[in-house]
Amino acid sequence: MGMTIAEKIIARAAGVEQVRAGDIHTVTLDRMMSNDGTTHLTVDMYNNKLKHPHVADAGKMVFIVDHNVPSDSPKTAAAQKKMRDFAREHQIDFWEGKGVCHQIMMEHYVCPGELIFGADSHTCTYGALGAFGTGVGCTDLLYGMVTGTSWVLVPETVKFNLTGRLQKGVYPRDLMLTIIGKIGANGVNYQVMEFCGDGVKTLSVNDRMVLCNLSVEAGAKTAIFEADEIALEYLKSRGREPKAVFSSDPDAAYAKEYTFDLAEIRPVVAKPDFVDAVVPAEEVCGIRIDEAFLGSCNNGRIDELRVGAAIVKGKKIPGHVRFLVVPASQEVYLQAMEEGLIETFMESGAIVMNPNCSVCWGSCQGVIGEGEVLISTGTRNFKGRAGHPSSKVYLGSAATVAASAVRGEICMADCLATS
Amino acid sequence: MEQFTGKVWVLDDDIDTDIIIPTEYLAMKTIEEMRQYAFSPLRPELASKITSGDILVAGKNFGCGSSREQAPEVVKALGIRCVIAKSFARIFFRNAINNGLLLIEQPDLHDRIKEGDTITVTVNQAIEAGGKQYPITSLPGNLVEIIEAGGLVKAMRRRNGRI
Repeated sequence: MGMTIAEKIIARAAGVEQVRAGDIHTVTLDRMMSNDGTTHLTVDMYNNKLKHPHVADAGKMVFIVDHNVPSDSPKTAAAQKKMRDFAREHQIDFWEGKGVCHQIMMEHYVCPGELIFGADSHTCTYGALGAFGTGVGCTDLLYGMVTGTSWVLVPETVKFNLTGRLQKGVYPRDLMLTIIGKIGANGVNYQVMEFCGDGVKTLSVNDRMVLCNLSVEAGAKTAIFEADEIALEYLKSRGREPKAVFSSDPDAAYAKEYTFDLAEIRPVVAKPDFVDAVVPAEEVCGIRIDEAFLGSCNNGRIDELRVGAAIVKGKKIPGHVRFLVVPASQEVYLQAMEEGLIETFMESGAIVMNPNCSVCWGSCQGVIGEGEVLISTGTRNFKGRAGHPSSKVYLGSAATVAASAVRGEICMADCLATS
Repeated sequence: MEQFTGKVWVLDDDIDTDIIIPTEYLAMKTIEEMRQYAFSPLRPELASKITSGDILVAGKNFGCGSSREQAPEVVKALGIRCVIAKSFARIFFRNAINNGLLLIEQPDLHDRIKEGDTITVTVNQAIEAGGKQYPITSLPGNLVEIIEAGGLVKAMRRRNGRI
Protein backbone atom coordinates (compact mmCIF):
# COMPACT_ATOMS: atom_id res chain seq x y z
CA MET A 1 0.00 0.00 0.00
CA GLY A 2 1.37 3.39 -0.98
CA MET A 3 1.57 6.47 1.23
CA THR A 4 0.57 10.12 0.88
CA ILE A 5 3.07 12.97 1.31
CA ALA A 6 1.86 13.54 4.89
CA GLU A 7 2.25 9.84 5.74
CA LYS A 8 5.77 9.77 4.27
CA ILE A 9 6.81 12.75 6.41
CA ILE A 10 5.46 11.09 9.56
CA ALA A 11 7.14 7.79 8.65
CA ARG A 12 10.46 9.58 8.20
CA ALA A 13 10.07 11.43 11.52
CA ALA A 14 9.09 8.19 13.25
CA GLY A 15 11.99 6.26 11.70
CA VAL A 16 9.74 3.58 10.22
CA GLU A 17 9.16 2.29 6.71
CA GLN A 18 5.41 2.54 6.64
CA VAL A 19 2.62 4.32 8.50
CA ARG A 20 -1.13 4.11 8.04
CA ALA A 21 -3.94 6.47 9.00
CA GLY A 22 -5.03 5.70 12.55
CA ASP A 23 -1.59 4.53 13.77
CA ILE A 24 -0.06 6.34 16.74
CA HIS A 25 3.68 7.02 16.39
CA THR A 26 6.36 8.70 18.44
CA VAL A 27 8.12 11.19 16.18
CA THR A 28 11.28 13.28 16.35
CA LEU A 29 10.31 16.87 15.61
CA ASP A 30 12.39 18.78 13.04
CA ARG A 31 11.42 22.21 14.30
CA MET A 32 9.25 23.95 16.87
CA MET A 33 7.85 27.48 16.84
CA SER A 34 6.23 29.40 19.67
CA ASN A 35 4.94 32.99 19.78
CA ASP A 36 3.96 35.51 22.44
CA GLY A 37 0.39 34.21 22.49
CA THR A 38 1.41 31.39 24.84
CA THR A 39 5.21 31.11 25.24
CA HIS A 40 5.08 32.68 28.72
CA LEU A 41 2.82 29.80 29.78
CA THR A 42 5.27 27.26 28.37
CA VAL A 43 8.12 28.97 30.25
CA ASP A 44 6.08 28.98 33.47
CA MET A 45 5.45 25.24 33.16
CA TYR A 46 9.11 24.65 32.31
CA ASN A 47 10.21 26.52 35.44
CA ASN A 48 7.57 25.31 37.86
CA LYS A 49 6.34 21.87 36.88
CA LEU A 50 9.35 19.88 35.68
CA LYS A 51 11.76 17.91 37.81
CA HIS A 52 14.58 17.98 35.26
CA PRO A 53 14.03 20.96 32.99
CA HIS A 54 16.25 21.15 29.92
CA VAL A 55 15.93 22.00 26.22
CA ALA A 56 16.56 18.95 24.02
CA ASP A 57 17.88 20.89 21.00
CA ALA A 58 17.78 24.70 21.04
CA GLY A 59 18.70 24.69 17.33
CA LYS A 60 15.24 23.37 16.50
CA MET A 61 13.44 26.08 18.47
CA VAL A 62 12.22 29.46 17.20
CA PHE A 63 10.49 32.07 19.42
CA ILE A 64 8.66 34.90 17.65
CA VAL A 65 6.96 37.91 19.24
CA ASP A 66 4.18 38.89 16.84
CA HIS A 67 0.81 38.95 18.59
CA ASN A 68 1.19 42.14 20.65
CA VAL A 69 3.92 44.16 18.94
CA PRO A 70 5.09 46.48 20.36
CA SER A 71 3.73 45.44 23.76
CA ASP A 72 0.65 47.42 24.74
CA SER A 73 0.37 46.89 28.50
CA PRO A 74 2.48 45.93 31.53
CA LYS A 75 0.96 42.43 31.27
CA THR A 76 2.04 41.78 27.68
CA ALA A 77 5.41 43.42 28.38
CA ALA A 78 5.96 41.00 31.27
CA ALA A 79 4.94 38.00 29.15
CA GLN A 80 7.30 39.04 26.36
CA LYS A 81 10.17 39.71 28.76
CA LYS A 82 9.80 36.20 30.13
CA MET A 83 9.98 34.83 26.59
CA ARG A 84 12.94 37.03 25.62
CA ASP A 85 14.92 36.13 28.76
CA PHE A 86 14.28 32.41 28.25
CA ALA A 87 15.37 32.56 24.60
CA ARG A 88 18.55 34.35 25.55
CA GLU A 89 19.37 31.94 28.37
CA HIS A 90 18.86 28.87 26.16
CA GLN A 91 20.26 30.31 22.88
CA ILE A 92 16.94 29.97 21.08
CA ASP A 93 16.46 31.95 17.84
CA PHE A 94 14.39 34.98 18.80
CA TRP A 95 12.47 37.36 16.53
CA GLU A 96 10.63 40.44 17.60
CA GLY A 97 8.74 42.91 15.45
CA LYS A 98 10.09 41.36 12.26
CA GLY A 99 6.83 39.82 11.14
CA VAL A 100 3.96 37.45 11.78
CA CYS A 101 5.35 34.13 13.01
CA HIS A 102 4.31 32.00 10.02
CA GLN A 103 5.69 34.52 7.55
CA ILE A 104 9.03 34.55 9.41
CA MET A 105 9.04 30.74 9.45
CA MET A 106 8.41 30.56 5.70
CA GLU A 107 10.99 33.22 4.89
CA HIS A 108 13.75 31.75 7.08
CA TYR A 109 13.19 28.18 8.28
CA VAL A 110 10.61 25.83 6.75
CA CYS A 111 11.98 23.13 4.44
CA PRO A 112 10.14 20.46 2.44
CA GLY A 113 9.77 17.14 4.25
CA GLU A 114 10.03 18.57 7.78
CA LEU A 115 7.64 17.79 10.63
CA ILE A 116 7.05 21.03 12.52
CA PHE A 117 5.00 21.79 15.64
CA GLY A 118 3.95 25.37 16.24
CA ALA A 119 2.07 26.71 19.24
CA ASP A 120 -0.34 28.46 16.91
CA SER A 121 -3.24 27.03 14.95
CA HIS A 122 -2.09 28.45 11.61
CA THR A 123 1.16 26.43 11.63
CA CYS A 124 -0.55 24.46 8.85
CA THR A 125 0.73 27.23 6.52
CA TYR A 126 4.03 25.35 6.05
CA GLY A 127 2.46 22.80 3.74
CA ALA A 128 2.94 25.38 0.99
CA LEU A 129 6.57 24.19 0.92
CA GLY A 130 5.78 20.50 1.32
CA ALA A 131 6.35 20.46 5.09
CA PHE A 132 3.99 18.96 7.68
CA GLY A 133 3.28 21.87 10.03
CA THR A 134 0.61 21.56 12.68
CA GLY A 135 -0.70 23.66 15.54
CA VAL A 136 -0.44 22.47 19.13
CA GLY A 137 -1.00 23.92 22.59
CA CYS A 138 1.69 25.03 25.01
CA THR A 139 1.84 21.70 26.87
CA ASP A 140 2.58 19.80 23.66
CA LEU A 141 5.14 22.45 22.76
CA LEU A 142 6.77 22.10 26.19
CA TYR A 143 6.91 18.33 25.85
CA GLY A 144 8.48 18.67 22.39
CA MET A 145 10.99 21.23 23.60
CA VAL A 146 12.10 19.08 26.52
CA THR A 147 12.14 15.66 24.83
CA GLY A 148 12.63 16.57 21.16
CA THR A 149 9.77 14.20 20.40
CA SER A 150 5.99 13.94 20.48
CA TRP A 151 3.22 11.54 19.52
CA VAL A 152 1.00 11.81 16.47
CA LEU A 153 -2.08 9.94 15.42
CA VAL A 154 -1.55 9.54 11.67
CA PRO A 155 -4.39 11.49 10.02
CA GLU A 156 -6.30 10.45 6.94
CA THR A 157 -5.62 12.49 3.81
CA VAL A 158 -8.32 14.12 1.69
CA LYS A 159 -7.38 14.94 -1.91
CA PHE A 160 -8.29 18.32 -3.41
CA ASN A 161 -7.77 18.10 -7.13
CA LEU A 162 -7.46 21.61 -8.58
CA THR A 163 -7.99 22.17 -12.31
CA GLY A 164 -7.86 25.25 -14.54
CA ARG A 165 -6.77 28.73 -13.58
CA LEU A 166 -8.27 31.51 -11.45
CA GLN A 167 -9.86 34.28 -13.48
CA LYS A 168 -8.59 37.84 -13.29
CA GLY A 169 -9.95 39.52 -10.17
CA VAL A 170 -10.36 36.21 -8.33
CA TYR A 171 -7.78 35.21 -5.72
CA PRO A 172 -6.60 32.11 -3.82
CA ARG A 173 -8.45 33.48 -0.79
CA ASP A 174 -11.72 33.31 -2.74
CA LEU A 175 -10.85 29.73 -3.66
CA MET A 176 -10.10 28.64 -0.09
CA LEU A 177 -13.15 30.36 1.39
CA THR A 178 -15.24 28.67 -1.33
CA ILE A 179 -13.76 25.27 -0.38
CA ILE A 180 -14.42 25.87 3.35
CA GLY A 181 -17.95 27.03 2.56
CA LYS A 182 -18.55 23.79 0.67
CA ILE A 183 -17.02 21.29 3.10
CA GLY A 184 -17.83 23.14 6.36
CA ALA A 185 -15.91 24.30 9.43
CA ASN A 186 -15.20 20.69 10.42
CA GLY A 187 -15.27 19.28 6.90
CA VAL A 188 -11.80 17.78 7.21
CA ASN A 189 -11.57 17.44 11.00
CA TYR A 190 -8.33 15.73 11.96
CA GLN A 191 -7.49 15.12 8.30
CA VAL A 192 -4.84 16.40 5.91
CA MET A 193 -5.87 18.46 2.87
CA GLU A 194 -3.58 17.54 -0.03
CA PHE A 195 -3.75 19.92 -2.98
CA CYS A 196 -2.83 18.49 -6.36
CA GLY A 197 -3.77 18.57 -10.05
CA ASP A 198 -2.85 20.84 -12.95
CA GLY A 199 -4.29 23.87 -11.18
CA VAL A 200 -1.53 23.89 -8.55
CA LYS A 201 1.00 24.75 -11.26
CA THR A 202 -0.72 28.13 -11.61
CA LEU A 203 -0.26 28.88 -7.90
CA SER A 204 2.84 30.57 -6.45
CA VAL A 205 4.23 29.74 -3.00
CA ASN A 206 2.41 32.86 -1.76
CA ASP A 207 -0.87 31.53 -3.19
CA ARG A 208 -0.26 28.10 -1.67
CA MET A 209 0.32 29.69 1.73
CA VAL A 210 -3.11 31.33 1.50
CA LEU A 211 -4.71 27.92 0.92
CA CYS A 212 -2.75 25.97 3.53
CA ASN A 213 -3.07 28.68 6.17
CA LEU A 214 -6.88 28.56 6.23
CA SER A 215 -7.09 24.75 6.25
CA VAL A 216 -7.45 24.75 10.06
CA GLU A 217 -10.70 26.69 9.56
CA ALA A 218 -12.06 23.49 8.01
CA GLY A 219 -10.71 21.48 10.96
CA ALA A 220 -7.61 20.11 9.18
CA LYS A 221 -4.55 18.91 11.05
CA THR A 222 -2.59 20.38 8.18
CA ALA A 223 -2.63 20.99 4.42
CA ILE A 224 0.12 20.14 2.00
CA PHE A 225 1.40 20.61 -1.54
CA GLU A 226 4.08 18.50 -3.18
CA ALA A 227 7.37 20.41 -3.17
CA ASP A 228 7.55 20.94 -6.95
CA GLU A 229 9.89 23.15 -8.95
CA ILE A 230 7.96 26.28 -7.86
CA ALA A 231 8.52 25.43 -4.18
CA LEU A 232 12.14 24.36 -4.72
CA GLU A 233 12.86 27.59 -6.58
CA TYR A 234 11.47 29.61 -3.65
CA LEU A 235 13.64 27.57 -1.29
CA LYS A 236 16.76 27.97 -3.41
CA SER A 237 16.29 31.72 -3.70
CA ARG A 238 16.49 31.80 0.09
CA GLY A 239 19.55 29.58 0.30
CA ARG A 240 17.86 26.56 1.84
CA GLU A 241 17.84 22.86 0.95
CA PRO A 242 14.93 20.45 1.31
CA LYS A 243 14.95 17.90 4.10
CA ALA A 244 13.15 15.48 1.79
CA VAL A 245 10.98 15.84 -1.28
CA PHE A 246 8.01 13.48 -1.21
CA SER A 247 5.24 12.70 -3.69
CA SER A 248 2.10 10.75 -2.91
CA ASP A 249 2.15 7.21 -4.31
CA PRO A 250 -0.38 6.36 -7.04
CA ASP A 251 -1.92 3.73 -4.75
CA ALA A 252 -1.97 5.92 -1.63
CA ALA A 253 -5.22 5.85 0.33
CA TYR A 254 -7.45 8.93 0.45
CA ALA A 255 -10.46 9.29 2.73
CA LYS A 256 -12.24 11.39 0.12
CA GLU A 257 -11.57 13.31 -3.08
CA TYR A 258 -12.87 16.67 -4.27
CA THR A 259 -12.31 18.50 -7.54
CA PHE A 260 -12.45 22.27 -7.89
CA ASP A 261 -12.23 24.05 -11.24
CA LEU A 262 -10.37 27.28 -10.48
CA ALA A 263 -11.98 28.99 -13.49
CA GLU A 264 -15.40 28.65 -11.81
CA ILE A 265 -14.40 30.39 -8.59
CA ARG A 266 -15.91 33.86 -8.04
CA PRO A 267 -15.27 36.51 -5.35
CA VAL A 268 -16.83 35.39 -2.06
CA VAL A 269 -17.21 36.70 1.48
CA ALA A 270 -17.54 34.78 4.77
CA LYS A 271 -20.28 36.35 6.86
CA PRO A 272 -20.22 36.70 10.66
CA ASP A 273 -19.69 34.63 12.84
CA PHE A 274 -18.45 31.55 10.98
CA VAL A 275 -15.69 31.03 8.41
CA ASP A 276 -17.89 28.56 6.53
CA ALA A 277 -20.78 31.05 6.19
CA VAL A 278 -19.55 31.78 2.67
CA VAL A 279 -21.69 33.63 0.11
CA PRO A 280 -21.06 35.28 -3.28
CA ALA A 281 -19.62 38.73 -2.55
CA GLU A 282 -22.58 40.32 -4.39
CA GLU A 283 -24.91 39.18 -1.60
CA VAL A 284 -23.31 41.38 1.04
CA CYS A 285 -22.45 44.43 -1.08
CA GLY A 286 -23.77 47.65 0.44
CA ILE A 287 -23.25 46.75 4.10
CA ARG A 288 -21.73 49.81 5.76
CA ILE A 289 -18.30 49.23 7.36
CA ASP A 290 -16.37 51.00 10.10
CA GLU A 291 -13.00 49.39 9.51
CA ALA A 292 -11.11 47.47 6.83
CA PHE A 293 -8.03 45.33 7.50
CA LEU A 294 -5.44 44.26 4.93
CA GLY A 295 -2.85 42.02 6.55
CA SER A 296 -2.36 38.77 8.58
CA CYS A 297 -0.48 35.50 8.06
CA ASN A 298 -3.14 34.63 5.53
CA ASN A 299 -3.13 37.69 3.32
CA GLY A 300 -0.52 40.32 4.23
CA ARG A 301 2.19 39.52 1.69
CA ILE A 302 3.47 41.52 -1.25
CA ASP A 303 0.96 39.99 -3.69
CA GLU A 304 -2.00 41.16 -1.61
CA LEU A 305 -0.49 44.59 -0.92
CA ARG A 306 -0.04 45.06 -4.68
CA VAL A 307 -3.68 44.13 -5.28
CA GLY A 308 -4.89 46.47 -2.53
CA ALA A 309 -2.68 49.38 -3.58
CA ALA A 310 -3.77 49.17 -7.21
CA ILE A 311 -7.39 49.52 -6.08
CA VAL A 312 -6.93 52.47 -3.68
CA LYS A 313 -4.46 54.35 -5.90
CA GLY A 314 -5.61 57.92 -6.43
CA LYS A 315 -8.70 57.43 -4.24
CA LYS A 316 -9.57 58.62 -0.72
CA ILE A 317 -10.81 56.46 2.14
CA PRO A 318 -14.04 58.05 3.48
CA GLY A 319 -13.93 59.70 6.90
CA HIS A 320 -16.00 57.06 8.68
CA VAL A 321 -13.62 54.21 7.74
CA ARG A 322 -10.35 53.19 9.40
CA PHE A 323 -8.29 51.29 6.82
CA LEU A 324 -5.50 49.31 8.50
CA VAL A 325 -2.69 48.01 6.30
CA VAL A 326 -0.29 45.63 8.04
CA PRO A 327 2.51 44.00 5.99
CA ALA A 328 3.14 40.43 7.16
CA SER A 329 6.86 40.99 7.67
CA GLN A 330 9.52 43.67 7.47
CA GLU A 331 10.78 42.03 4.29
CA VAL A 332 7.32 42.50 2.79
CA TYR A 333 7.16 46.05 4.18
CA LEU A 334 10.50 47.02 2.61
CA GLN A 335 9.48 45.54 -0.72
CA ALA A 336 6.21 47.46 -0.57
CA MET A 337 8.10 50.67 0.14
CA GLU A 338 10.41 50.03 -2.77
CA GLU A 339 7.42 49.57 -5.07
CA GLY A 340 5.72 52.73 -3.78
CA LEU A 341 2.78 50.79 -2.33
CA ILE A 342 3.13 52.23 1.17
CA GLU A 343 3.02 55.74 -0.25
CA THR A 344 -0.12 54.84 -2.21
CA PHE A 345 -1.83 53.49 0.91
CA MET A 346 -0.89 56.51 3.02
CA GLU A 347 -2.02 58.97 0.37
CA SER A 348 -5.40 57.25 0.33
CA GLY A 349 -5.73 57.80 4.07
CA ALA A 350 -4.84 54.27 5.24
CA ILE A 351 -3.16 53.65 8.59
CA VAL A 352 -0.02 51.62 7.81
CA MET A 353 1.14 49.62 10.83
CA ASN A 354 4.22 47.62 11.79
CA PRO A 355 4.15 43.87 10.98
CA ASN A 356 2.14 41.95 13.58
CA CYS A 357 -1.08 39.96 14.03
CA SER A 358 -3.09 43.15 14.60
CA VAL A 359 -6.89 43.03 14.67
CA CYS A 360 -6.92 39.52 13.19
CA TRP A 361 -6.57 38.22 16.73
CA GLY A 362 -8.54 41.01 18.37
CA SER A 363 -5.90 42.53 20.56
CA CYS A 364 -3.28 45.23 20.45
CA GLN A 365 -4.35 47.16 17.34
CA GLY A 366 -7.55 48.12 15.62
CA VAL A 367 -9.98 46.41 17.99
CA ILE A 368 -13.55 47.31 17.02
CA GLY A 369 -16.32 48.59 19.28
CA GLU A 370 -19.94 47.79 20.02
CA GLY A 371 -21.94 47.02 16.88
CA GLU A 372 -19.07 47.97 14.55
CA VAL A 373 -18.40 46.19 11.26
CA LEU A 374 -15.00 45.10 9.97
CA ILE A 375 -14.12 43.66 6.58
CA SER A 376 -10.90 41.75 6.85
CA THR A 377 -8.29 39.63 5.14
CA GLY A 378 -7.69 37.99 8.54
CA THR A 379 -8.13 34.35 9.38
CA ARG A 380 -11.34 34.29 11.45
CA ASN A 381 -14.67 36.02 11.92
CA PHE A 382 -15.83 34.37 15.15
CA LYS A 383 -18.21 36.25 17.42
CA GLY A 384 -16.24 38.94 19.23
CA ARG A 385 -12.98 37.84 17.62
CA ALA A 386 -12.01 41.42 16.68
CA GLY A 387 -13.41 43.23 19.71
CA HIS A 388 -16.85 43.76 21.22
CA PRO A 389 -19.11 40.66 21.25
CA SER A 390 -21.72 42.53 19.21
CA SER A 391 -19.24 43.61 16.50
CA LYS A 392 -19.22 41.85 13.14
CA VAL A 393 -16.37 40.58 10.96
CA TYR A 394 -16.68 39.79 7.25
CA LEU A 395 -13.80 37.98 5.50
CA GLY A 396 -12.91 38.74 1.89
CA SER A 397 -9.98 38.95 -0.51
CA ALA A 398 -7.50 41.84 -0.52
CA ALA A 399 -9.35 43.22 -3.55
CA THR A 400 -12.74 43.13 -1.83
CA VAL A 401 -11.30 44.63 1.37
CA ALA A 402 -9.55 47.47 -0.48
CA ALA A 403 -12.60 48.24 -2.61
CA SER A 404 -14.81 48.21 0.51
CA ALA A 405 -12.40 50.58 2.27
CA VAL A 406 -12.72 53.05 -0.61
CA ARG A 407 -16.52 52.75 -0.86
CA GLY A 408 -17.20 52.74 2.91
CA GLU A 409 -19.39 49.70 2.46
CA ILE A 410 -18.78 46.14 1.32
CA CYS A 411 -18.01 46.37 -2.38
CA MET A 412 -16.43 44.17 -5.02
CA ALA A 413 -13.43 45.54 -6.87
CA ASP A 414 -15.30 45.16 -10.18
CA CYS A 415 -18.17 47.35 -8.96
CA LEU A 416 -15.75 50.02 -7.77
CA ALA A 417 -14.04 50.08 -11.15
CA THR A 418 -17.28 50.50 -13.06
CA SER A 419 -18.97 53.03 -10.78
CA MET B 1 -15.54 1.60 35.66
CA GLU B 2 -15.64 5.23 36.81
CA GLN B 3 -19.15 6.69 37.02
CA PHE B 4 -20.43 10.15 37.85
CA THR B 5 -23.67 12.14 37.71
CA GLY B 6 -24.02 15.84 36.95
CA LYS B 7 -26.27 18.67 35.85
CA VAL B 8 -26.07 19.61 32.18
CA TRP B 9 -25.41 22.92 30.42
CA VAL B 10 -26.17 22.86 26.69
CA LEU B 11 -24.33 24.73 23.91
CA ASP B 12 -24.75 24.40 20.15
CA ASP B 13 -22.42 23.79 17.14
CA ASP B 14 -19.04 25.42 16.43
CA ILE B 15 -18.30 26.80 19.90
CA ASP B 16 -14.92 28.38 19.10
CA THR B 17 -11.99 29.14 21.38
CA ASP B 18 -12.68 32.90 21.20
CA ILE B 19 -16.07 32.20 22.76
CA ILE B 20 -14.60 29.83 25.34
CA ILE B 21 -12.11 32.52 26.38
CA PRO B 22 -11.90 35.82 24.42
CA THR B 23 -8.50 37.23 23.46
CA GLU B 24 -8.82 40.28 25.70
CA TYR B 25 -8.65 38.15 28.86
CA LEU B 26 -5.68 35.96 27.84
CA ALA B 27 -3.09 38.28 29.38
CA MET B 28 -4.55 37.72 32.87
CA LYS B 29 -2.08 36.14 35.24
CA THR B 30 -4.14 33.18 36.41
CA ILE B 31 -6.78 30.84 35.04
CA GLU B 32 -8.81 31.49 38.21
CA GLU B 33 -9.00 35.18 37.26
CA MET B 34 -9.81 34.31 33.64
CA ARG B 35 -12.52 31.69 34.20
CA GLN B 36 -15.30 34.20 35.05
CA TYR B 37 -15.13 35.36 31.40
CA ALA B 38 -15.53 31.90 29.90
CA PHE B 39 -18.20 31.81 27.18
CA SER B 40 -18.86 35.54 27.79
CA PRO B 41 -19.40 36.61 24.13
CA LEU B 42 -22.21 34.07 23.89
CA ARG B 43 -23.57 33.78 27.44
CA PRO B 44 -22.02 36.26 29.88
CA GLU B 45 -23.89 34.75 32.85
CA LEU B 46 -22.88 31.13 32.25
CA ALA B 47 -19.52 31.04 34.05
CA SER B 48 -21.06 32.30 37.32
CA LYS B 49 -23.83 29.68 37.20
CA ILE B 50 -21.67 26.61 36.56
CA THR B 51 -20.88 24.66 39.71
CA SER B 52 -18.29 22.01 40.27
CA GLY B 53 -19.26 18.65 38.82
CA ASP B 54 -21.53 20.08 36.09
CA ILE B 55 -21.34 18.64 32.58
CA LEU B 56 -21.19 20.58 29.31
CA VAL B 57 -23.01 19.13 26.29
CA ALA B 58 -22.40 20.67 22.86
CA GLY B 59 -23.02 20.11 19.17
CA LYS B 60 -20.39 19.53 16.49
CA ASN B 61 -16.88 21.01 16.25
CA PHE B 62 -16.55 22.13 19.87
CA GLY B 63 -13.32 24.09 20.45
CA CYS B 64 -12.64 25.08 16.85
CA GLY B 65 -10.21 27.93 16.23
CA SER B 66 -7.06 28.91 18.02
CA SER B 67 -4.51 26.73 19.81
CA ARG B 68 -4.86 28.73 23.05
CA GLU B 69 -4.57 26.22 25.84
CA GLN B 70 -6.38 28.58 28.18
CA ALA B 71 -9.59 27.31 26.52
CA PRO B 72 -9.61 23.82 28.05
CA GLU B 73 -7.99 25.24 31.18
CA VAL B 74 -10.87 27.64 31.93
CA VAL B 75 -13.42 24.89 31.25
CA LYS B 76 -11.63 22.70 33.76
CA ALA B 77 -11.20 25.56 36.24
CA LEU B 78 -14.96 26.14 36.22
CA GLY B 79 -15.33 22.64 37.63
CA ILE B 80 -16.78 21.09 34.48
CA ARG B 81 -16.50 17.32 34.98
CA CYS B 82 -16.47 16.52 31.28
CA VAL B 83 -17.52 17.90 27.90
CA ILE B 84 -19.76 15.75 25.72
CA ALA B 85 -20.05 16.88 22.10
CA LYS B 86 -21.01 15.53 18.69
CA SER B 87 -17.39 16.23 17.69
CA PHE B 88 -14.34 18.20 18.83
CA ALA B 89 -11.84 20.30 16.89
CA ARG B 90 -8.48 18.54 16.96
CA ILE B 91 -6.20 21.10 18.63
CA PHE B 92 -8.73 21.62 21.43
CA PHE B 93 -9.06 17.84 21.79
CA ARG B 94 -5.32 17.41 22.26
CA ASN B 95 -5.04 20.40 24.61
CA ALA B 96 -7.93 19.14 26.74
CA ILE B 97 -6.37 15.69 27.12
CA ASN B 98 -3.00 17.29 27.93
CA ASN B 99 -4.70 19.23 30.74
CA GLY B 100 -6.61 16.26 32.11
CA LEU B 101 -10.05 17.41 30.92
CA LEU B 102 -12.26 14.48 29.92
CA LEU B 103 -13.93 14.77 26.49
CA ILE B 104 -16.56 12.36 25.19
CA GLU B 105 -17.92 12.15 21.64
CA GLN B 106 -21.58 11.22 21.44
CA PRO B 107 -23.63 12.03 18.32
CA ASP B 108 -27.21 11.85 19.65
CA LEU B 109 -27.32 13.11 23.24
CA HIS B 110 -27.16 16.84 22.40
CA ASP B 111 -30.40 16.82 20.44
CA ARG B 112 -32.34 14.88 23.05
CA ILE B 113 -31.66 16.63 26.32
CA LYS B 114 -32.26 20.11 27.70
CA GLU B 115 -30.33 22.37 29.99
CA GLY B 116 -30.75 21.51 33.66
CA ASP B 117 -31.23 17.77 33.04
CA THR B 118 -29.18 15.40 35.12
CA ILE B 119 -27.21 12.66 33.40
CA THR B 120 -24.94 9.83 34.49
CA VAL B 121 -21.72 9.02 32.67
CA THR B 122 -20.00 5.65 32.89
CA VAL B 123 -16.58 6.33 31.38
CA ASN B 124 -15.71 4.30 28.26
CA GLN B 125 -19.17 2.73 28.33
CA ALA B 126 -22.37 4.80 28.17
CA ILE B 127 -24.31 7.88 29.19
CA GLU B 128 -27.69 7.52 30.89
CA ALA B 129 -30.13 10.39 30.36
CA GLY B 130 -33.90 10.39 30.87
CA GLY B 131 -33.96 6.63 31.30
CA LYS B 132 -32.18 6.10 27.97
CA GLN B 133 -28.68 4.75 27.36
CA TYR B 134 -26.33 6.47 24.90
CA PRO B 135 -23.27 4.34 24.00
CA ILE B 136 -19.80 5.89 23.97
CA THR B 137 -16.55 4.51 22.62
CA SER B 138 -13.41 3.91 24.65
CA LEU B 139 -10.51 6.33 24.55
CA PRO B 140 -7.13 4.83 23.60
CA GLY B 141 -5.15 3.67 26.61
CA ASN B 142 -2.42 6.31 26.34
CA LEU B 143 -5.01 9.11 26.44
CA VAL B 144 -6.79 7.62 29.48
CA GLU B 145 -3.43 7.47 31.24
CA ILE B 146 -2.84 11.19 30.56
CA ILE B 147 -6.32 12.24 31.74
CA GLU B 148 -6.14 10.13 34.90
CA ALA B 149 -2.76 11.60 35.80
CA GLY B 150 -4.22 15.10 35.46
CA GLY B 151 -2.44 16.03 32.24
CA LEU B 152 0.51 15.25 29.97
CA VAL B 153 3.27 16.67 32.16
CA LYS B 154 2.09 14.77 35.23
CA ALA B 155 1.62 11.59 33.19
CA MET B 156 5.16 11.72 31.85
CA ARG B 157 6.62 12.42 35.28
CA ARG B 158 4.68 9.48 36.64
CA ARG B 159 5.73 7.21 33.78
CA ASN B 160 9.48 7.70 33.61
CA GLY B 161 10.57 10.77 35.52
CA ARG B 162 12.37 11.86 32.35
CA ILE B 163 10.96 15.35 32.57
